[in-house]
Amino acid sequence: MAFESLSAFLAMGGHAPYVWSAYGATAALLLVVGWHARAERRRVRRDLERRARRERRQAEAADASHDERVSR
Amino acid sequence: MWAFLHKLGSPKEFYAITARWLTPLWLAAVALILAGGVWGLAFAPADYQQGNSFRIIYVHVPAAFLAQSIFVAMAAAGLVFMVWKIKLADMAAAMMAPLGAGMTFVALFSGAVWGVPTWGTWWQWDARLTSMLILFFLYIGVIALRGAFVSREGGARAASVLAMVGVINIPIIKFSVDWWYTLHQPASFSITEKPAMPAEMWLPLLLMVLGFYAFFIAVTLTRTRSEILRRESSKRWVRALVEEGR
Repeated sequence: MAFESLSAFLAMGGHAPYVWSAYGATAALLLVVGWHARAERRRVRRDLERRARRERRQAEAADASHDERVSR
Repeated sequence: MWAFLHKLGSPKEFYAITARWLTPLWLAAVALILAGGVWGLAFAPADYQQGNSFRIIYVHVPAAFLAQSIFVAMAAAGLVFMVWKIKLADMAAAMMAPLGAGMTFVALFSGAVWGVPTWGTWWQWDARLTSMLILFFLYIGVIALRGAFVSREGGARAASVLAMVGVINIPIIKFSVDWWYTLHQPASFSITEKPAMPAEMWLPLLLMVLGFYAFFIAVTLTRTRSEILRRESSKRWVRALVEEGR
């Protein structure tokens, strides 16, 4: 450990504003980009599943109306 | 080797092959960045001249590396797209551009806040700083140019050409510190020489650099796979995939 106490760690020997803003900006970028990549993936999959369900419903509806016409 | 590369060029094969790479890449990225970050922030010794502001190196250098590497990767993908018409290369190029712009911004920002206690200024029109700022504008240009076209093909071509032309800026960034030595110091590390700092200072940096590269690859793979699903959503293999619930 390069620091004696937590407050010394946070103070960064008087360089706190520089060190913490640089690390903060980096952490923010990594978190936002990482989160976005995973959210995008979930969104794409959800849209595909929704579309598949809709198409299945439409196909069933078409089948049903066809059956109806045949039985009549 | 060529057969493998050829297979990788097909979106369907790429999607299947890279599925196994995702978890290890994300885990490696998180583990390396956490370990390197904690080590660099709390355990590495302070610099005898710069004190604790030296710790900014652990985010500044990896960000600057990625900023340049991503642009080279984007230009290479542009070349592959233009020469061999491999659409997957263009998808990857489009997906990595925002991260490259973000990394360039973080490199500039962390350099500026590092400059205040070290150089007494946050900005100067030094060759390294200026060429990095140009890199940032090139990223913005590539992203905006792609979006400015109505046809996807046109946007892809224009973005590829700008990336391939703009990559000339990368050697300028690299050698700027030797050609015009005004403010930014020359490279502290080289592959051929022993580092001029103790291991407990450069090891966390190595972890951070590796972690950032793993992060870049993980993000680009994840996003390119999403883009494949989006673009190929009507293809039978994507439909089968959705049916299987995978």
